[in-house]
Amino acid sequence: MSWLLAAPIVIPFTTAVLAFLFRNGPEGRWISIIGSAGLLIASGLLMQAVLADGVIARQMGNWPAPFGITLVADLLSAVMVVITGVTGLAVAIYALADIESRLEKLGYHALFQVLLAGVCGAFLTGDLFNLYVWFEVMLIASFGLLILGGRRQQLDGGIKYVTINLVSTILFLAGIGLLYGMTGTLNLADLHLAVQEVENKGLLTVVAVMFMVAFGVKAAVFPLFFWLPASYHTPSVAVSAIFAGLLTKVGVYALIRMFTLVFTEDVEYTHTILLWIAGFTMVTGVLGAAAMNDFRRILSFHIVSQIGYMILGLALFTPLALVGSVFYLVHHIIVKANLFLVAGVARRIAGSTELSAIGGLYKTAPVLGLLFLIPAFSLAGFPPLSGFWAKYILVKASLDLEMWLIAGVALVVGLLTIYSMTKIWGSAFWKPHPAGLEPKLGSLSNRDRTALILPIASLAILTCVIGLFPEPFVQFAERAADQLLSPTDYVQTVLGLEATQATGLAQLEVGP
Amino acid sequence: MELLISIMVGVMIATGTYLMLARNVLRFIFGLVLISNAANLIIFVSGRLVAQSPPLIPEGADVPPELVANALPQALVLTAIVIGFGLFAFALTLVYRGYQSMGTLMSDEMRLAEPKEDGQ
Repeated sequence: MSWLLAAPIVIPFTTAVLAFLFRNGPEGRWISIIGSAGLLIASGLLMQAVLADGVIARQMGNWPAPFGITLVADLLSAVMVVITGVTGLAVAIYALADIESRLEKLGYHALFQVLLAGVCGAFLTGDLFNLYVWFEVMLIASFGLLILGGRRQQLDGGIKYVTINLVSTILFLAGIGLLYGMTGTLNLADLHLAVQEVENKGLLTVVAVMFMVAFGVKAAVFPLFFWLPASYHTPSVAVSAIFAGLLTKVGVYALIRMFTLVFTEDVEYTHTILLWIAGFTMVTGVLGAAAMNDFRRILSFHIVSQIGYMILGLALFTPLALVGSVFYLVHHIIVKANLFLVAGVARRIAGSTELSAIGGLYKTAPVLGLLFLIPAFSLAGFPPLSGFWAKYILVKASLDLEMWLIAGVALVVGLLTIYSMTKIWGSAFWKPHPAGLEPKLGSLSNRDRTALILPIASLAILTCVIGLFPEPFVQFAERAADQLLSPTDYVQTVLGLEATQATGLAQLEVGP
Repeated sequence: MELLISIMVGVMIATGTYLMLARNVLRFIFGLVLISNAANLIIFVSGRLVAQSPPLIPEGADVPPELVANALPQALVLTAIVIGFGLFAFALTLVYRGYQSMGTLMSDEMRLAEPKEDGQ
């Protein structure tokens, strides 16, 4: 059974090695696609097992917890791995047409697969230091992908991205050191029990805030997001799509994990900070987007603003709010990656991502217009698309707590999102092309067109499916949020039953 | 001993922060190196320091006979050093490449990815 948990990490690593060996030929890209498909299948099997058996945990190398490294999958981890598989496969197919052979020879596919491995590892690990290691795996791969090709713009964005991420890494590491000094353990489940016995609660809160800042940088929340709009529009489209979909969400996942499982001692203090962060993140992100005039840069700022919604769910810390967060995470990854892919096609056929330099897409490429509208409206929260339900749950959760202000902010930000989406629509799709070009999908070769449109269409269909049949997804999110708020199962599965009974976990449970 | 190292960590972080406030990216990286080593020391100290007692278990016994040094933080620090080394090698190369192609190390002048717009 332990292969089930290890497979989402092992498969991409193996694929990376093979893809690197065959990087000079056309085999590399097909290996990458097969590997991504393998990852999707493995994640599906994992999801099935988690749905059937509840939380699954395996001790790597058979060292008993909390001494060895544990891999754990609860519903949140499992769904994140599945969604990694989906986006990974979509982007791998898109890369067939998007990544030139020069970049392939430099090892694009290998880096891409290492990135997927790092992301899956971060979702599945049950050990804090191991989480740090996976963050590093993910980071170094993303550094490579970001500057692959070495254009001057990429180097410029890369320097900002690399330096600020290193700062966050160091904070994370120092936080781990301090937490270990206080509790003597690094296993997340064990930490859940150990922090309750820490006497110096003040120091614990300080460490909690260190983690908040460290993960906040990765998740690109206000006021730590400046690296994101500085770098995400510079690499190849496939790269920025996978970054936009997955990377910041690993930060959000880490925040959710740490602030539901470990740092729940001073919810009043930490989650109030998170609430302010959420509000400011939403507003600054969407205002930044309104000021931009480039397809991908508008979308980059929107990532920031959407991260605010996910943090909002965590900050409210009620069952319904966490349902909203989980739902939002899943919906957002699909939609955001998809929008970047659409921007790539627009650049391919119209020549640029600068809004003033393109136009006329609606007239000559109506299919692309439709494929843009679905994720764009979903992002803004139009019913019946997936974004509507995500926003609806979060707004309802804040109204239930009588937090009128934050509910209002969430709604207004939704409106402003529509504003910048219509800006893209107006300039890229409606107005005639300034150079008189007639951008057509037909100008692409058959193979390129399939490779570009297939992933976009599939992700758009997925968005529609979530939007039209939200019931099972919401139910799933409810179960996931339930597990997050009462981590008894998680802790028991990881540590084995006896250990938790001895400490009387049942009374110590946190919950609404 | 723990107090001394804690003070040293404080000094290293302060120095590192001062360096990181500079506009010169190279200085920033040097500050980062200092702080990352301070973080390693934090992990090292948080395992508590015990002088002259290596974590060895005599043959036949299951547990060490007396209080010994904690080996886990050292393993963690080792991992962190290796990872940090790789990252900084990359960061330095990146800054050097950036200097070659942009001709500057000042972060204010690096505006290629985010060019100034009119009216600013």
